[in-house]
Amino acid sequence: MDEEYDAIVLGTGLKECILSGMLSVSGKKVLHVDRNKYYGGESASICPLEELFSKFGAPPPDESYGRGRDWNVDLIPKFLMANGSLVKLLIHTGVTRYLEFKSVEGSYVYKGGKISKVPVDQKEALASDLMGMFEKRRFRNFLIYVQDFTADDPKTWKDFDPNTQNMQALYDKFGLDKNTQDFTGHALALHRDDSYLNRPAIETVNRIKLYSDSLARYGKSPYLYPMYGLGELPQGFARLSAIYGGTYMLDKPIDEIVLGEGGKVVGVRSGTEVAKCKQVYCDPTYVPDRVKKTGQVIRCICLMDHPIQNTKDALSTQIIIPQKQVGRNSDIYVSLVSYTHQVAAKGWFVAMVSTTVETDNPEAEIKPGIDLLGPIRQKFVSVSDYYEPTDDGLQSQMFISQSYDATTHFETTCLDVLDIFKRGTGEEFDFSKIKHELGDEEQ
Amino acid sequence: MSSGASGGGGGGGAASGGGNSNHQRGAAQRPNGQTQNKICQFKLVLLGESAVGKSSLVLRFVKGQFHEYQESTIGAAFLTQTICLDDTTVKFEIWDTAGQERYHSLAPMYYRGAQAAIVVYDITNQDTFGRAKTWVKELQRQASPTIVIALAGNKQDLANKRMVEYEEAQAYADENGLLFMETSAKTAMNVSEIFLAIARKLPKNDQSGGGGGGAGGSSQGRRLAEGDSGSRGPAGACCK
Ligand SMILES: Cc1cc2nc3c(=O)[nH]c(=O)nc-3n(C[C@H](O)[C@H](O)[C@H](O)COP(=O)(O)OP(=O)(O)OC[C@H]3O[C@@H](n4cnc5c(N)ncnc54)[C@H](O)[C@@H]3O)c2cc1C
Ligand SMILES: Nc1nc2c(ncn2[C@@H]2O[C@H](COP(=O)(O)OP(=O)(O)OP(=O)(O)O)[C@@H](O)[C@H]2O)c(=O)[nH]1
Ligand SMILES: [Mg+2]
Repeated sequence: MDEEYDAIVLGTGLKECILSGMLSVSGKKVLHVDRNKYYGGESASICPLEELFSKFGAPPPDESYGRGRDWNVDLIPKFLMANGSLVKLLIHTGVTRYLEFKSVEGSYVYKGGKISKVPVDQKEALASDLMGMFEKRRFRNFLIYVQDFTADDPKTWKDFDPNTQNMQALYDKFGLDKNTQDFTGHALALHRDDSYLNRPAIETVNRIKLYSDSLARYGKSPYLYPMYGLGELPQGFARLSAIYGGTYMLDKPIDEIVLGEGGKVVGVRSGTEVAKCKQVYCDPTYVPDRVKKTGQVIRCICLMDHPIQNTKDALSTQIIIPQKQVGRNSDIYVSLVSYTHQVAAKGWFVAMVSTTVETDNPEAEIKPGIDLLGPIRQKFVSVSDYYEPTDDGLQSQMFISQSYDATTHFETTCLDVLDIFKRGTGEEFDFSKIKHELGDEEQ
Repeated sequence: MSSGASGGGGGGGAASGGGNSNHQRGAAQRPNGQTQNKICQFKLVLLGESAVGKSSLVLRFVKGQFHEYQESTIGAAFLTQTICLDDTTVKFEIWDTAGQERYHSLAPMYYRGAQAAIVVYDITNQDTFGRAKTWVKELQRQASPTIVIALAGNKQDLANKRMVEYEEAQAYADENGLLFMETSAKTAMNVSEIFLAIARKLPKNDQSGGGGGGAGGSSQGRRLAEGDSGSRGPAGACCK
């Protein structure tokens, strides 16, 4: 460990692993350390099942749960948008080679106490029970507008300026009612709250386009999920980093981040060993005095032996409960994966209900989500603090990621990573640095 | 489609050289309608202490080369090679460790879904044999229950400096149901043989070769590639 590195990365969560990979690929000498003896930190998938039970202080699972090692239970639920930034990162870095994915079967939205399939194309919109007949026609016109919309061709904007006019104005232009706005904004554009209504429409139009482009890629739903759980993602990027020379040390406690002149980081100490470095990249847990708590996220892991009702027995699905439907300020997310993704023993399902905490009784807040699931065999609830760095890291050269938010997709994760990379290196990540053509490792 | 193209488009062909490679991609139809060949694809991982010769074995097998001063592995970690076996073409997707095992930090993802593993030790170094046993245990605990494991006692050309007896290793392999050979990446002794022995032992008809768990079912995922709509992943892929 007593060596000098360009960058030391602390924590092997997804964000840190992507950063580590990008830094190694950019020619930096990287040391990547985790205090745990497994990869993934907060974004690990817990295996075997016994480990999950003991982590939450529950008595060990009985035989009905099958073999413990057949389980890989995520601590943080998320799906990948098939055309989203994480998939682009995976493809451009070649990390996709180490992983396999399945399409999520369905995407549902909650309205008036029951769930309906999120309509995504004109055909589905016409069949949807979310809207009445007139509204369907208007929604259809809206979808066509979004589909034809091209950011650099004002002709497609149809007398509407998406850069100055807000989203509410665009909804009004098409006469969409509050219900339709609700599922469009939350289940298609995946906004977490309603503040987007007052921001320029272009943002939401692009998000809806991302949703439908993602859908167009693999059908069924716009979401993908990795076999063996989300914990495979950080491991994949760690392998990328290692292939480009990154050094990996798990199970290594970090005792001190050593600062030099002007509060600039000069190294990291573990016991008596000190590794020198010019920069540190880390998650909030390694630097409690340099982050501020900005909120809380509640997540409830539910083990079940059946799919969710009214989802056509989907083996994987997402349900979004728009805030307004249940009188909240932020949406409730439900995600379901199962044995078909090698994350549970045969016949088993793992549902996760999560949201941003708004009251001092968070468990009551997720009740509308829990109520959709039917009988639950085992429930594990966690409330975790959401941290953000207190500064941009330019002075200290310590670049800190934000905690994982309640959204069930990775778009915010990637934005954070790309932003940190830019702050740390002063440049955008250059994808062309990766010799990623499929044959490259076959030279 | 029965062959799992690892990524869209034309890439992914087997590395050239090697002598026995076969570039056929699908079950080619002969003019008379007979099926000539079926293709099975398997993920094979290499494990073992640093400097025992993992990369050298792969380089010998895939390209027929040997470097006296083979650098510690970085940069290249994923090669393919095909072997013809009777009426079957076996395509190995070979993973090298990328050095992550050096500080006991190999990611389980590495041997996830692997249908075969070669655990390598250096016959001139007793410690590497001990480490090999640890890897075998780890695979038996973590990897697919049907994984085919081969033990390779490498650097056989240095038998005059031998520290691990052939019989000792053979007995250990027998106890644990492993294939065993002493190899030399330098002289090529037993290198294609050990891959061939693995190829013979691999199941060539069942769909569920891979997978860490007994979940089974239609367990296959897909690889993602630019601009395509998802090709089937090779892990677990086999002949139909
Ligand atoms: C051709 C046709 C036949 C229908 N037949 C029946 C029927 O037999 N029985 C029945 O209960 N409902 C009938 N309806 C109404 C329909 O089933 C729903 O009530 C209507 O679609 C309301 O949902 P919406 O969200 O589309 O309303 P919106 O599209 O939001 O309604 C838009 C506007 O149209 C008005 N509107 C809605 N429906 C009607 C209507 N039928 N006549 C006049 N104005 C209307 C609304 O008040 C509103 O101002 C019919 C509608 C149409 C277009
Ligand atoms: N004499 C002899 N030397 C060998 C043989 N195989 C490998 N070597 C040498 O052993 C050294 C290490 O070989 P590598 O193939 O790099 O070993 P490795 O297991 O891939 O090492 P890491 O990548 O560090 O994990 C190199 O100098 C090789 O030339 C062999 O069969 N005989
Ligand atoms: Mg090597």
